[in-house]
Amino acid sequence: MLYDITIDGKKYRLDLNRADGRWSCRLDGREFEIDAILTRPDVLSLRIGDRAYEVKSERVANDLHLWVGSTCFAVEVRDPRSLRGRTRAGDDHGPRKITAPMPGKVVRLLVHEGDEVEPGSGVAVVEAMKMQNEIKSPKKGTIQKILVSKGAAVNAGDVLAIVE
Amino acid sequence: MFKKILIANRGEIAVRVLRACHEMGIASVVVYSEVDRAALHVRKADEAYPIGAAAASESYLNIPKILEVAKRSGADAIHPGYGFLSENAKFAQTCADAGVKFIGPTAAAMEALGSKTRARQAMEKAGVPFVPGTSRGVESFNEAEQVAARIGYPVMLKAAAGGGGKGMRLVHAPEQLKSSLEAARSEAERSFGDSEVYIEKAIVNPRHIEMQVLADEHGNTVYLGERECSLQRRHQKVLEEAPSPIVDSEMRRRMGETSVRVAQAANYTNAGTVEFLVDQAKNFYFLEMNTRLQVEHPVTELITGLDLVHLQIRIAAGEKLPFRQDDVRVRGHAIECRIYAEDPDNNYFPSPGKITLLQEPSGPGVRIDSGMYEGWTVPIDYDPLLAKLIGYGSDRAQAIARVTRALNECFVGGIKTNISLFRRILRDADFCAAKLDTGFLDRMLKRPEDKPADSKAAEVAAIAAGLFAALGSTEAAGSGSRAAEKANSNWKSASRREALR
Repeated sequence: MLYDITIDGKKYRLDLNRADGRWSCRLDGREFEIDAILTRPDVLSLRIGDRAYEVKSERVANDLHLWVGSTCFAVEVRDPRSLRGRTRAGDDHGPRKITAPMPGKVVRLLVHEGDEVEPGSGVAVVEAMKMQNEIKSPKKGTIQKILVSKGAAVNAGDVLAIVE
Repeated sequence: MFKKILIANRGEIAVRVLRACHEMGIASVVVYSEVDRAALHVRKADEAYPIGAAAASESYLNIPKILEVAKRSGADAIHPGYGFLSENAKFAQTCADAGVKFIGPTAAAMEALGSKTRARQAMEKAGVPFVPGTSRGVESFNEAEQVAARIGYPVMLKAAAGGGGKGMRLVHAPEQLKSSLEAARSEAERSFGDSEVYIEKAIVNPRHIEMQVLADEHGNTVYLGERECSLQRRHQKVLEEAPSPIVDSEMRRRMGETSVRVAQAANYTNAGTVEFLVDQAKNFYFLEMNTRLQVEHPVTELITGLDLVHLQIRIAAGEKLPFRQDDVRVRGHAIECRIYAEDPDNNYFPSPGKITLLQEPSGPGVRIDSGMYEGWTVPIDYDPLLAKLIGYGSDRAQAIARVTRALNECFVGGIKTNISLFRRILRDADFCAAKLDTGFLDRMLKRPEDKPADSKAAEVAAIAAGLFAALGSTEAAGSGSRAAEKANSNWKSASRREALR
């Protein structure tokens, strides 16, 4: 099976196959000898050659994070032959929801509908527990829609805006 | 001995206290607000009572509701934990009036030490060294000017009624004094309802070293060794250790005996902590006394072999201290990391949410006092302290190795935590050399973090990403064999797709 993987902006092509209970793995054309089991759906015990790794996965907001030791990687995985893509969230093409990470109040909107944004551009400021938190766009694009107004109370997960 | 203790608190400290109750054969009663129904302290207690809405004023700070639960449950004592009502003299008095024993000092002792200015006055009388300055709030700007000129700049303006950095201003030069005084007064008024401000000499790069004291109700007061708490961010402690790397047995004896005098001057009973600022010449100055059990008490427990909560309960039950000062031994070294649900990449903003995966460390020299569990949703309404991770060793180097290893074993998935901050601290050369002062953390955080780019780890992540997708991580498959079945079905559908190409 082929995968297009993006980690911190760098793209990898991974070719994974299983035959006779053995894996074969090619990463960007390089061969790796691997063996892997899931000890739980979000914990992978992986052997590459004789090295052993425990890789943990978690979803924070809409992003997939993989932890190798104490290093965290934001990962996007696409199956190039899948019709809809394996993780919608990782898709750079297509609208992304910008959500409030916690309950609070929208104290400032930093963009208008139609504005162009970069990854990391501030979109809104939400205040909670006497602290102000700037909510940022996850991708480059255009603010398609703003769904809250200044002063609105929001809950965790509420959509603030959509960036396309 | 008490038959039943009500724990008027939540989170990790409520769990820690109920553990002591269970160890002593005492029934544990807890209270919980609406958002804490699924909290760990409720799950582990013998009895649990709902006490209202999330807001602390309606629940954990609500004295009538808590006393009502004490009455209904038949609790004969209340342990207040730390924070909340633990240093509230009115609460201590209300318990006494209701015939329920408050596990801590008397209301009178709290009042004597609760006001910083009154505490300083008492210390003056007891011959305790303290930071030069005023023992009373400054009445006017002219008075402030004169005092500051006498003790010399820089000076620290502080609120008499409070702590946590509120109402505090550091003044470097006479020109800044007027505006700083006004700002400090109004912040103190807003935070504590009391605008009284006093002045102290500001000590350059001080260390914050505190001494644990314990006093029974029969006149016996002892000190149990010091803790170094200089690693603070915005006046909040982040990492603590015991013993202090700069305190030798002679200095410990002098600080300890001074602390005992402080406690005796206030007729103090039960557990308390005397805080000192220590300058670069190792002179120590009384800062204040905390009239409660502190968050960082585990490091003292580990180096003395004593259980402070057991002792608190015994003292409150009228028992004499089961040991003398000469029996207290300090052995080994302990380091505690406070794990908070905070985002280190976003100015340590609180980061509530659901914990999807929790791996807790264990093994030699590791202690973890935790209020979290896998599957729990961290509420947004309270201080986001999740757990205290403590490493203990025979010396400081081994304690550092143990707590570092424990942090590497610790994984909290689904929310952000400040665990990465501790890795950075424990690697820092000045930390390892014990070159600490209260400015350490601010200086370290100002320096750019040197994170070596690990391309090998990225490759491992890429391979793992494919494997998670292939072995099916998005469904809750559970056991390994079911994962294998899923893998087979993925391969089946993949080969079907191949055949259709």
